[in-house]
Amino acid sequence: MDGAVGKGLRVLGRSIREEPRMFIVAVGGSVVFSMLTIAGAFVVGTVVGRVVVPSIDRRQATVGALTVGVLVIIAVSAGKVVGLFGRRLGAGSMQFRMQASYRRQVTRRYLELPLAWHHRHATGTLLSNANADVEAAFFPIAPMPFAVGTVVMLVVAVGSLFGTDWVLALVGVAIFVALLGINVGYSRRISPRVSAAQRLRAEVSAVAHESFDGALVVKTMGRETEETARFAAKAGELRDAQIRVGRVRGLFDPALDALPSLGTLTVLLVGCWRLRQGVVTVADVVSVAFLFTVLAFPVRAIGWVLAELPRSAVGWDRVYRVLAATGDMVYGVATLPVVDTPATLRFDGVGYAYSGAQPVLRNVTFEVAAGRTVALVGPTGSGKSTIASLAARLVDPTAGTVALDGVELSDLAQESLVATVALVPQVPFVFDDTVRGNVTLDRPGVDDAAAWRALRAAQAESFVAALPHRLDTRVGERGTTLSGGQRQRLTLARALAGGPRLLILDDATSAVDPRVEAAILATLRSAGTSVLVVAYRRATIALADEVVYVEQGRVVARGTHEALLAGVAGYVNLVTAYERADAERADLDRLDAERAEAERADGVSA
Amino acid sequence: MTAPVTAESAASTAVTAESTWSTLRRGLAMSRELRRGLAGTVVLALFATAGRVAVPVAIQQGIDRGLRAPGGPDLGMVARIVVIAAGVLVVTMTCAYLMNVRLYTVSETALADIRTQTFRHVHDLSMLHQQGERRGSLVSRVTTDVDQISQFLQWGGVILLVSFGQLTVTTLVMAFYSWQLTLVVYAAFLPVVFVIRYFQRRLTAAYGTVRRHVGTMLAAVSETVVGAAVIRAYGVHLRTESRLDAAIEDNRAAQFTALRTSVMSFTAGEWASGLATAAVVVVGVLLGADGQLTVGQLTAFLFLVTLFVQPVQIATEMLNEAQNAIAGWRRVLDVLDLHPDVADPGPAGRDLPPGPIDVTFSHVYFAYPVADDPPAGRGPAGSAEAGRGPAVLSDIDLTIGAQSRVAVVGETGGGKTTFAKLLTRLMDPVGGTIALSGVPLTEVRFAALRHRVVMVPQDGFLFDASIADNVRFAQPDRSDDELYLAFAELGLADWIDGLVDGVRTQVGERGEALSVGERQLVALARAYVADPDLLVLDEATSAVDPATEVRLQHTLDAVTRGRTTVVIAHRLSTARSADEVIVVDRGRVVQRGRHDQLVGDPDSVYGRLYASWVAQTSTR
Repeated sequence: MDGAVGKGLRVLGRSIREEPRMFIVAVGGSVVFSMLTIAGAFVVGTVVGRVVVPSIDRRQATVGALTVGVLVIIAVSAGKVVGLFGRRLGAGSMQFRMQASYRRQVTRRYLELPLAWHHRHATGTLLSNANADVEAAFFPIAPMPFAVGTVVMLVVAVGSLFGTDWVLALVGVAIFVALLGINVGYSRRISPRVSAAQRLRAEVSAVAHESFDGALVVKTMGRETEETARFAAKAGELRDAQIRVGRVRGLFDPALDALPSLGTLTVLLVGCWRLRQGVVTVADVVSVAFLFTVLAFPVRAIGWVLAELPRSAVGWDRVYRVLAATGDMVYGVATLPVVDTPATLRFDGVGYAYSGAQPVLRNVTFEVAAGRTVALVGPTGSGKSTIASLAARLVDPTAGTVALDGVELSDLAQESLVATVALVPQVPFVFDDTVRGNVTLDRPGVDDAAAWRALRAAQAESFVAALPHRLDTRVGERGTTLSGGQRQRLTLARALAGGPRLLILDDATSAVDPRVEAAILATLRSAGTSVLVVAYRRATIALADEVVYVEQGRVVARGTHEALLAGVAGYVNLVTAYERADAERADLDRLDAERAEAERADGVSA
Repeated sequence: MTAPVTAESAASTAVTAESTWSTLRRGLAMSRELRRGLAGTVVLALFATAGRVAVPVAIQQGIDRGLRAPGGPDLGMVARIVVIAAGVLVVTMTCAYLMNVRLYTVSETALADIRTQTFRHVHDLSMLHQQGERRGSLVSRVTTDVDQISQFLQWGGVILLVSFGQLTVTTLVMAFYSWQLTLVVYAAFLPVVFVIRYFQRRLTAAYGTVRRHVGTMLAAVSETVVGAAVIRAYGVHLRTESRLDAAIEDNRAAQFTALRTSVMSFTAGEWASGLATAAVVVVGVLLGADGQLTVGQLTAFLFLVTLFVQPVQIATEMLNEAQNAIAGWRRVLDVLDLHPDVADPGPAGRDLPPGPIDVTFSHVYFAYPVADDPPAGRGPAGSAEAGRGPAVLSDIDLTIGAQSRVAVVGETGGGKTTFAKLLTRLMDPVGGTIALSGVPLTEVRFAALRHRVVMVPQDGFLFDASIADNVRFAQPDRSDDELYLAFAELGLADWIDGLVDGVRTQVGERGEALSVGERQLVALARAYVADPDLLVLDEATSAVDPATEVRLQHTLDAVTRGRTTVVIAHRLSTARSADEVIVVDRGRVVQRGRHDQLVGDPDSVYGRLYASWVAQTSTR
């Protein structure tokens, strides 16, 4: 627990180091505000003693003293306003800058960390790392300058009390120590409860996220009631956790409120005693009593900071996990010549395993020679998509090498790699941007003309031309305004627009009609690009110069379609499935026909 | 195609139309739980604050009757006053404790209900509404928006309640000491009310901007995470970075603007406090010199001014938070206001007659709503053709016999998927009617409809659970063994056997631990286990290899026997075995019949589709 508070304080320390100027503004403002708050108490005390008492006792107002008193009171207020601006704006500026800075850093890491790292982390977690966790980590910045100012104020207040009367000062010290004690006890009791509530809040969010993501399945299966029950159970747990927080807060808040009041009463009693001894004046007693009244609220700020520290520590830990994550994909410096000629891709003894799991690929060796089209064929779940990811260096092999024009992919500079290879994934991903933005991705040399050319090649020209704003049409989050086939053709156009020397199609035409696909393939063929295509369709395979047949992560056979058809049972089974189904049906139809014929013949003969 | 009407666009018009107070009233009206404890809580709050004036009163009494007693300081008198005041403080503390616990319990219970209610409502919204909203913003309706209300109720709300109580009690006590000085204090604070009102309006706008920027920022982050593969494959880090940085910076700037406005509003209270104190001193001294006020009374009054200032300042602060909470509340209400335009007729609805289901489409017309037009989402969707884009389906007139197996084919964008969505009542037609076994689709209870009619969408979403949990989604009482049997019946036993944990294999977030084709197998098994009378497959096997698909086809032939099956197909292998093929082209049914009949005319739409298919699948 103290560890959490300590860690939270270290996060605060980091914020101070990174935003020293704003911190100084905030604390400066806070100290000004606090000192003037104390000064205000003494001003009121002095005004009572020097102006009010004589005026009322003598039944005559002294105009000069009254004017001075009034001006001082207003001046104090003006000073406090200045302090307030400094404190609140300084703290806010510091807090928002730190949040923005760490949001940038976290999202930078998201962009730098390899896909394998992304696979290990849930989307919801990564979203909350960049949002809620960053917010929590730097939340205590908001009340911190107030708390620092309050501490200064307490020290000064105690000092000034000793200047007035040591007995009254001891009363003050006792009350302040009690206040701090209660504050510390409070934050100790409340922080585990707050953390528990925070955890549940994330769980409630996760359930909602998943359920809304699968809304279509929930709807088509009529499971709304059950899903609601699942959500209600989590919401109920959160409610109970919040109520547990409330019980602690509900007890400590009034206690913290009442303590300064009790202090004021004690001052009254002790002050009366000291007054009788002639050590203090009425004005002294009033000043000290007033001090407690104005201190009651600021002292709470210390409690706020303490209460937020553990949450901040948890948020920081989660943010730090991202910042400190290792295993970056390091790019090399080698570049491939910028030419129009197709590239050669070579896999040599490649193996791949998702972290801690069974290998999904073993000893995969094949080549896509320059200008050739190679079809990657295999049953569902045999590792084809993984091969596609390796070929575009989205992941690195755990064994063997992948090379482009003889240069290992890991030696290539990123710019050279992405300029050479384009991957069209199986599930099309569309940015919340215009059609133009999605196709060009602001890549140098990809202008509108290139975008239209690519759209034409991807058979997407006609539907884009029919959109209300053509290239400027926004496609919505994840392209929800487009049909599946349209999204796929848009991503295909994106790949073609860059003029890649090697194109990898990961079953990227599955949502496209046969005729459309045939046209796209013909265009690709004539462009003379090297193509690695994950395919099931006969026509796609027919266009390939070579077929690589994989089963359970191994290359079972390589060769022309005809050669494989002649000798590889699994391949034959896979690619002739439709024909065999037809043949079977034809046989059945023939048998039916023969039977009918026979029956008719029987009928005739009978 | 055009964007469907979003709840967000509908909400933006509502925001301006609805005042803060009516939002509050409606929020309160929504939850009986919240209203129940209200009177008691207010009474406790009054007691909790009444005690606060004990201290100034004790000071006044202490000074006048103790410190400045005629015979010198009277310790006994002061002690008596202090003990009484301390007693009042203890009562105050107890009341405050009770009030807090009560408020927490009541508000959390109420908000858990509101969360759940909203969650349910989101699921009840039509598919178009759900897809029109950003996924993240729907989630925030049941999470952060409600959190904001809860934070306000328990933190700000208590303080606001206590503050108003304190203002009332302080005013009474002040008036008791001196009505003239009370007027002076009020005169000093009156301008504050107007200043705050002005800033409140600006704050509402500022927080609205913050909110919008947070949404944009979250969308940018989510795109970075979900699109990680594409960003890498195309090396577009810099572009993504600059989009992210802009969104993050916009958010920061908006936050700061809101804060600045809030601070300006807050300082109004400080100014008023200075003015009030100074004015009280002047008028008080004049009154005192006139013999109308004692030193103790005037001193007590100065204390009372601070008691008056504190709640005003804090209440200002809390009113700002209240704006946040009200904005959150409004967003929740906006979702709840969104009328589910594809509504469940509920208990008033009808059941489907038992047995196989037949389908009738009569003059069905459909077009997607257009975003730019008046929000059709708020009213019933039947506002004819207003606010709609071009026709996606027109004049669809057909019947599908019970137990027949029908394939719907046609080019991408021709309206096949829309047909499936209308058939399963994910959307309602703009014109014409659809009936299942003679019962108009709009009159069928959802409980009956979703039980008897199941669609397998192309993207078979899986929940982050085991394969078995996903498959038993519609039949939660099925055991793992029974589910294994279901896979075996579908001819997929060997695939399950090949997985390390069999049907207990975890599929990961959105099923991402499985390949796309494998996900489709699970989704298919899920529909099979649901055992519907009308099964609609929307390209449900598009990512499965041909051998598996043919195998599935065989088993589907068997399992669909006795049920009506509509298959949206892009592989014509399915069409060949169907009892009937419906060819959809540019939103119309252009051909119907058995495969062998249709293929007879090579110049027809189907003839061309088939020729292309044959060209792709033949051996050479």
